Amino acid sequence: MSEVAIASRIPLDDYAALLGEGQIDELRVLAKPLRGRSIEMINSTAVGGGVAEILNRLLPLAEELELNMRWEVMTGGDDFYGVTKAFHNALHGAPYHADPKDFEIFLACNEQNRTRLPLDAEFMIIHDPQPAALIDGRKKNGNHWAWRCHIDLSHPNRAVWDFLDKFVARYDAAMFSSPEFSRSLPIPQYLFYPAIDPLSEKNRELESGFVARTLAQYQIDPLRPILTQISRFDRLKDPVGVIRAYRIVKRYFDCQLVLAGGSASDDPEGAVVLKEVQQEANGEADIHIIELPAWAPLEVNALQRASTIVIQKSLREGFGLTVSEALWKKKPVVASAVGGIPVQIIHKHTGLLAHSVEGTAYQIRYLLSHPEIATKLGENGYEHVKENFLITEKLKRYMTLFLAMARAK
Amino acid sequence: MNIAETPFEFFTVSYLTRIGNQSAGTLNEFLTSLQQCSDASIFHHTFQTLSSHHFLTEGFSNDFAQWAHADASREDLAEQLAALDVRDYLSIAALRSDLCRVVGEYCTEHPAFSEQTALERFYFCESVEVTLPFGLTARSLEEFRDGIAHLSHASFYFHFLSSRLRLQLQTNDFSHWLADGLGLGTLADSVNRIDIYTNTLDSARAKVLRLIDRERRKDE
Repeated sequence: MSEVAIASRIPLDDYAALLGEGQIDELRVLAKPLRGRSIEMINSTAVGGGVAEILNRLLPLAEELELNMRWEVMTGGDDFYGVTKAFHNALHGAPYHADPKDFEIFLACNEQNRTRLPLDAEFMIIHDPQPAALIDGRKKNGNHWAWRCHIDLSHPNRAVWDFLDKFVARYDAAMFSSPEFSRSLPIPQYLFYPAIDPLSEKNRELESGFVARTLAQYQIDPLRPILTQISRFDRLKDPVGVIRAYRIVKRYFDCQLVLAGGSASDDPEGAVVLKEVQQEANGEADIHIIELPAWAPLEVNALQRASTIVIQKSLREGFGLTVSEALWKKKPVVASAVGGIPVQIIHKHTGLLAHSVEGTAYQIRYLLSHPEIATKLGENGYEHVKENFLITEKLKRYMTLFLAMARAK
Repeated sequence: MNIAETPFEFFTVSYLTRIGNQSAGTLNEFLTSLQQCSDASIFHHTFQTLSSHHFLTEGFSNDFAQWAHADASREDLAEQLAALDVRDYLSIAALRSDLCRVVGEYCTEHPAFSEQTALERFYFCESVEVTLPFGLTARSLEEFRDGIAHLSHASFYFHFLSSRLRLQLQTNDFSHWLADGLGLGTLADSVNRIDIYTNTLDSARAKVLRLIDRERRKDE
C-alpha cells in the first residue's frame, strides 16, 4: 500500500462563485463535527479510471474543509490484477470459469495489504471489489466500514459475487451508483453518484477560440449540426449503433457525427472495435472518428461544447459520467435508459431517453426540429448536475454518510 | 422594529438516499409497494424529490408521477398522481392513502394496463436525514431576511417545505415564526402561499425576500 500525495490545492471560494456562498457554508457546517476524525479511502489505482479521477479532486476539497482524509492505494502483482480484471468482467456478467486458485490469489494479496496498513481510521471507505477482503483486518475499536461499488452488479457472475458477498455483508454500509445495482445484503445500501468537477480541465469554461481551433483540427464544420458521442471504442458503448442512428437522422438533416474516444493502440479489444466502427462508417466524410490521446480533457471539453446534441447510446453502463459532463455544458442529450443514465436523464425534463437505434434517431430528429426544447432540456440538465452530480455534492454525501454512521452507533 | 422573544434558528439538512428492498415493474406491483413501503420512502419520492429536482417547474411533481408518465406510459394516471400537492398533507399516512387510492382506482378501472410491464422498474428508496444548526439566528425581520438570503438550497427547503410535516400544520417554519415570533400574520400568510411546484428554490426564496422587503418598507 502507498499513500497518494495530492499536490494541487482547490480553494473552496472558487466553487462559491459557481454555486453560491450558502452552498459552501453548508459544506463547512457538515464538516465541523467531523474535524479531527480520521477518514481513509482505499482503492486499487492512483492513476487512470474514474475512481482515481474523483479521489484526486475530492481530497483537496476535503483538505480545504480541514477534514483528515487520506487515500491509500492497494499494491499487488500481475497475477492479482489479472484475477481482479476477470472478476470485474464477471461481475458485469461476462462468462467466467471459477478457478479456486483465483480466489486464493485474491485473498493472499488482500492479506499482504492488510498486514501493512493500520486500517484504524474512524471511517474506512473501500472502493470496488479488489480491496473488499480488507474487512478481515477490521479492528475492535468500533470504526465504521463502508464499501463503495462503482460497477454494475445487476447481473453478476454467481460464483464471484457469492465469494465477495461474504466480505461485503460484514461492512456497515454499501454504496451503489444505481438502485438497479444493489444486491440482497443485510446492511444498509445507499445511492452514491459519481461526480464531475466543474473546475477541472474537462468541464471548465473554454475560450471560443480554442473550441473553434479544435473543430478545425479535426475538420469538423462548425456551421452544420454536430452529433457527438464521447466514449472509448467499446461494443458496450454501441458506436456502430450510433452510426446507424446518425444515418437515419441524416436522411432528414444535413448533420455530422463525431465519435471520439481514447486511443485504442494499447487496448487490443478497442482496436478491433475501432476497425468495426471504421468499416461501418465506410469513409463517409461527415462521420468523424477521432482517436484522442489517453488524457485529452481540453479536447473532450471542446468537442462537447461544440456539439449540437450529445449522444450516449450505451448498451450497458456503470454511470456514464459523460452524460453529466454534457449536461453541465447545457447540451441536450439523447441517451440509452441503462445503468446510471436514467438518474441523470429525467425523460423529457433533462434530456431524452431511448431504447433502440430507431428510438435514438427519432429523439435526435425531434430535438433538431425543436431547438427551443433542446435548449430547455440543456438548461434543466445543467441545473440537475449542479444540484446532484458535482464533486462538492459528492463530498457532502460522504460527510452525511459519516455523520449518519456515527449516529447509528 | 419588532424583536422576537424566541429567535429563529436556521438549520441545514442533508439526505442520504437509502435503497429500499422493493421495486415495481407493473402498476399492480407498484400499488403493492406503495402500500408496504416505509414512510421514509413516501417522503423521499414526494417531499424530498421536490428539493433535489426543484429546478423542474414544468410538469414535474413527484417521482411516482414521473414513472407513470415516462416508464409506465400511463399519462392519465401520471396526471392524477402529479396533481397531489404535498402541502395539503399533515402526515405521510394521509399522503400514502391518497397515492394508493389513485393507483388502486386506476388499476380497477384499467385491469389490462395494471399488468403491463413498464419500460423501467421503479425502485423504492428512502431518505435518511441529518440536520445540523446552520450557525445563524434571527430576532428581527432584518436579521431574518439576511439569514434567508444566505441559506443553502437544502436549508431553505428544510424550513420552507419539509417543516410542514414536522409542524403538522399547514404552514412552514418561516411563516410560523413570522406569525408567532413577530406577530406578522399577513406576511406569514403571503409567504405560505408561494407555490413550490411552479417555483425553483431560488425563485421561491426571491419571492420570500421581496415580501419581507415590502413589509420592511412599511416601517420606513
